[in-house]
Amino acid sequence: MSQSQYVALAYGIVLFFVLLWVAIIATKLSRLERETAELADLARGRRSDG
Amino acid sequence: MSSRNNLPILAFAAAGLLGLAAVLALLVAPEDADQGISQRIFYFHVPLALTAYLCFGLGAWKALRLLWVGGERRDLESYTWIHQGTIFGALTLITGSIWARASWGVWWSWGSNQLVLFLVLFLFYCAYFMLRFSVEEGARRERICAVYALFGVALIPVSFFAIRLASDFIHPTVFTRDGPQMTNTMFGAFLVCWCAITLLAYVMYRTELVGKRADANLRELREALS
Amino acid sequence: MSALALYSADVVALARKDLKLELRARDTLPAMLLFVLSTLAVFHFALPTGSGENAAYGLLWIAILFTALLGLSRAWAPEREGGALDGLVLAPSDRSAIWLGKTLATFAFLAAAELVALPAFALFFAPVDLVAVAGVVLASIGICAVGSLLAAMAAASRGREVILPLLFLPLAIPLVVGGVGAGISPHGATYLAFLGLYDAVFAILSWATFEYVVTE
Repeated sequence: MSQSQYVALAYGIVLFFVLLWVAIIATKLSRLERETAELADLARGRRSDG
Repeated sequence: MSSRNNLPILAFAAAGLLGLAAVLALLVAPEDADQGISQRIFYFHVPLALTAYLCFGLGAWKALRLLWVGGERRDLESYTWIHQGTIFGALTLITGSIWARASWGVWWSWGSNQLVLFLVLFLFYCAYFMLRFSVEEGARRERICAVYALFGVALIPVSFFAIRLASDFIHPTVFTRDGPQMTNTMFGAFLVCWCAITLLAYVMYRTELVGKRADANLRELREALS
Repeated sequence: MSALALYSADVVALARKDLKLELRARDTLPAMLLFVLSTLAVFHFALPTGSGENAAYGLLWIAILFTALLGLSRAWAPEREGGALDGLVLAPSDRSAIWLGKTLATFAFLAAAELVALPAFALFFAPVDLVAVAGVVLASIGICAVGSLLAAMAAASRGREVILPLLFLPLAIPLVVGGVGAGISPHGATYLAFLGLYDAVFAILSWATFEYVVTE
């Protein structure tokens, strides 16, 4: 591997990790959205009961 | 808790600064006479290391405040800072290894004190997560993790000295790499990169914290509703 | 009685309790002694011929570390199984006395194991000079001080016994450097000073933070 390829590899890996982190946060966000929707349903159910 | 929500602005600023940093590091900064193009890795590698230290330090600071003053939010904050520190520590090891390969032809060198120090710290903080996930949630877990975080920052200088002393008898092939004699442009590029990466760490920290707090709130809501 | 005298009395009582328990049960110390001897024997076969004395010194420290882990794990087994330190009813401010008592008791066990290990090592591998012995003593203090605190953390965890070595080994690295250096380096005194520094820093830290770890 040439020197410039090593430089590209190093910067590329940093970029990759940041994007990986974004993907993980996105997953967490969808889970939070799902849970919030569930809780909203629960609350709606409560309101109609009570 | 979030007084004025500045996270979006900070995030955009981080993105912009990081882009600028990359341009400066890869295109604008002059090439180093001795090391050639591989020296450019330094512009990210060193800020990553410095940021990792900062994150571990902040994690320990929050831990100390937790033990002194208390407050559940400090546990989450300490945990998130340590998480960032581990991420940036891993990146330091990876970029350091690539730099070692580019400069000396080996992927690892026990002679590189900084690499070895980060390996020890990385192992230590990975154990932090093992510990955290094996103790039941509650006030005691918060305190145990806080104490461990404090041990971490005590370990940093002690390990540093240990590794220095160890090089006496480990006798690796010592590769010396003098810090680049930096011209003003180089130093300027380095500073921008350092600010960019520090800001990136902060933005990641704030974002993760939002997620963790939302988790905690949702759990409370769930308990209240069911 | 002054506060210090009361505190010391607590510490001594706690250490004596552990030692007495061991004297009656006689399971930890024999295990540690046998373990260290077996490990040294294994090392002979693990070392290729012509490895030199220095490699052997390194392995001695591996043996010491893992023997210590064995002792620490056993010393805290009653607390781990029975929950958290229920039997020890002490005021919160005195809980560090538990740490000191445990540390002293564990140090006694480890010292006994080393009294066997060092002569065996000198017999099997390489001579051991006074500086090396001082290194072993100083490092053992550090091992027991930090180990007692980490073992208390591990006792609170659901994890199996593997959590203690995971917590302990990164913190043990400077001790190994100090110990091996004291054994083989011409500047042994530097390594002894370093070990003293480690002991001071981490013993104080462990003593100060112990109550936070064990309080429910």
